[in-house]
Amino acid sequence: MDLDFTESENAFRDESRSWLEANVPRESLPSGDTKEGFALHLEWEHKLFDAGWAAVSWPKQYGGREATLVEWLIFEEEYYRVGAPSRVTQNGIFLLAPTLFEFGTDEQKDRILRPMARGDVTWGQAWSEPNAGSDLASLKSTARRVDGGWHLSGQKTWSTRAAFCDMAYGLFRTDPEQARHRGLTYFMFPLHAEGITVRGVDRLDGDEGFAEIFLEDVFVPDSDVIGGVNQGWKVTMATTSSERGLSLRSPGRFMATASRLIDLYHRYRDRSDPVLRDQVVQAWMDAQVYRWFTFQTVSRMMQGESIGPDSSMNKVFWSEMDVRTHETALAIIGDALELDEGSESAVDAGHWMKGFQFALAGPIYAGTNEIQRNIIAERVLGLPRK
Amino acid sequence: MRFAFTDDQKMLRDTVREVLQRECPPEVVRAAWEGRPDGARAVWDTLAETGVIGMTASEEAGGMGMSELDLVLPLEESGYAALPGPIVDTVAVGIPLLEAAGTSVQKERWLGPATVGEARIVVSFEDQAIVPHAASADVLIAERGGAVYCVPIADVSVSPERSVDRARELGRVSFERNAQFRMREDVNTAALLALGRERAALGTAAQLVGLSRRMLDMAVQYAKDREQFGKPIGAQQAIKHRLANALIEQEFARPMVCRAGWSMATSARDIEIDVSLAKIYAGQAARFVAKAALQVHGAIGYTIECDLHMWMKRAWALAAAHGDAAHHRERIGRHIL
Repeated sequence: MDLDFTESENAFRDESRSWLEANVPRESLPSGDTKEGFALHLEWEHKLFDAGWAAVSWPKQYGGREATLVEWLIFEEEYYRVGAPSRVTQNGIFLLAPTLFEFGTDEQKDRILRPMARGDVTWGQAWSEPNAGSDLASLKSTARRVDGGWHLSGQKTWSTRAAFCDMAYGLFRTDPEQARHRGLTYFMFPLHAEGITVRGVDRLDGDEGFAEIFLEDVFVPDSDVIGGVNQGWKVTMATTSSERGLSLRSPGRFMATASRLIDLYHRYRDRSDPVLRDQVVQAWMDAQVYRWFTFQTVSRMMQGESIGPDSSMNKVFWSEMDVRTHETALAIIGDALELDEGSESAVDAGHWMKGFQFALAGPIYAGTNEIQRNIIAERVLGLPRK
Repeated sequence: MRFAFTDDQKMLRDTVREVLQRECPPEVVRAAWEGRPDGARAVWDTLAETGVIGMTASEEAGGMGMSELDLVLPLEESGYAALPGPIVDTVAVGIPLLEAAGTSVQKERWLGPATVGEARIVVSFEDQAIVPHAASADVLIAERGGAVYCVPIADVSVSPERSVDRARELGRVSFERNAQFRMREDVNTAALLALGRERAALGTAAQLVGLSRRMLDMAVQYAKDREQFGKPIGAQQAIKHRLANALIEQEFARPMVCRAGWSMATSARDIEIDVSLAKIYAGQAARFVAKAALQVHGAIGYTIECDLHMWMKRAWALAAAHGDAAHHRERIGRHIL
């Protein structure tokens, strides 16, 4: 056990910090989940990539710097500490890319990864359907064999940022005769092509962060199948496990939120009470606990262990912590909490209410926490399925 | 950064685990409850033979010179077995304190025997007049008025108090503060005592993690075995989610105990924060798991006949011992706010 950072890890932190401090936009950008904000975020993504910081853990040939997982966590800590913009390339870099690294062909990796990481080609995910949410395997969208590829048809929904993205990935039924988990295939498909209609959906927080995607005989070449025909479920499970776990929400984000909460508490402490004080301390502690739990997980991964269903614990923890932390912030703000973004008198420009609403999505997306708890009970504790 | 125990540390844990599995089944805990501590005493002797009881003593004192980090896994196992006896007092606190602050006469008399398991040390900090296992211990190390005393139990008056966990055999201790009992005054007593308090909290946190694991194991097993409505109750989502929550509480507490052990072993900057985090989360997890396990067991869990209660009551006692959550949260608050 050595819980100190090595010299090279510290050097990596210093290097990340100085680059970020020199380059992070001074003014915070408008939300990346709006059309204008998205474009501005992409400029930032280009800058990140060109300096080699877009996907630090990737191989150099794809624009990364072959950082270890610990170094990646360090980068994330520094990234959120300076308040750098949220990552609109996230669905590509942290969800699709791990799948490509595990199941993609060399041709796919060469073609897709660099433009993805630079934000030249942006990606949305297309898992859920109107009647297939938690029960994803009941999905009905189909892929029909045609000359040189497939025709995709059906409807996908809750696709994050798909209204602004270029491409998407998701599951389609290629063999309706097989059992429901079996006949599925993982496809990448264009969002601006014949047969596609994308309609933005306003989220709870008012941003057009969601979209519905309607597909009618959208052509996709064979080269955009990942991991083989009818192998989609297995391939997807690998992706969702990284989504739930650390790649989606590393500790740095929550440590930064906890620091901002303490700052908020200091500014408004005159209206605070001991209960509130305890809650602020609790928020800080939870972020620390998540940090050390994650370092433990990453150490296991670096020794070659796979994490699998354990990532569900991660997901439940961070998502529920994030809600509590924002609730505490709103309790500190008091009746001014209703002053929204754009209101002159809003505390911290309405950031906390916005963050609270975003946090409320955490226990729902990437597999609801109810589904995560089923996974923990069945696959970690070994309780019977039925 | 490498968050993993060494093979040696795991080997020591396995040794302790085997001994406890073999010699400290629930019947031994139950016997201690009923005032028959012989079985638990025999386990102590076996543990001493493996070197665990003397592990924190220096090699010249016949020990293994092991650190707080090395203590984490063996103490977790002692919690898993609900081992009755002052293992945290003796191993984590008493032996290092005796070695650092004992006079040559005191060390001559107690250090060797403690290291080989023949003498059991109990510790009483300033604000803690009620001490578990005092009556059956051999020597008391007590902080009074800023000084430290090392008093043979024969010279201590122990008046019994009753713990909700009968296996803790509590006693209120008092003694004459004679000069002959004083420990060395040419050492930094305040610093040694402060360290002792951290060790006690850390050791207790490690035991709490073990208690959680055992209670969760019991509950999971019961949920698999017990059938209602024609299927195991563990197939019901209400049970699954409760136990999943219990596992999350436990698994997030664990790395904090390791972290605290590491901080102490390396004299890191943040010892107070890390020990407090460990104690808070381990205590919170144990209390949470206790409640979940009781609910999953239903009525049978609410009996003295079912073993669960012995673990549950230990968890309640230890979650509050050596600083409860409020105490440690307050301490963290002073550091960060």
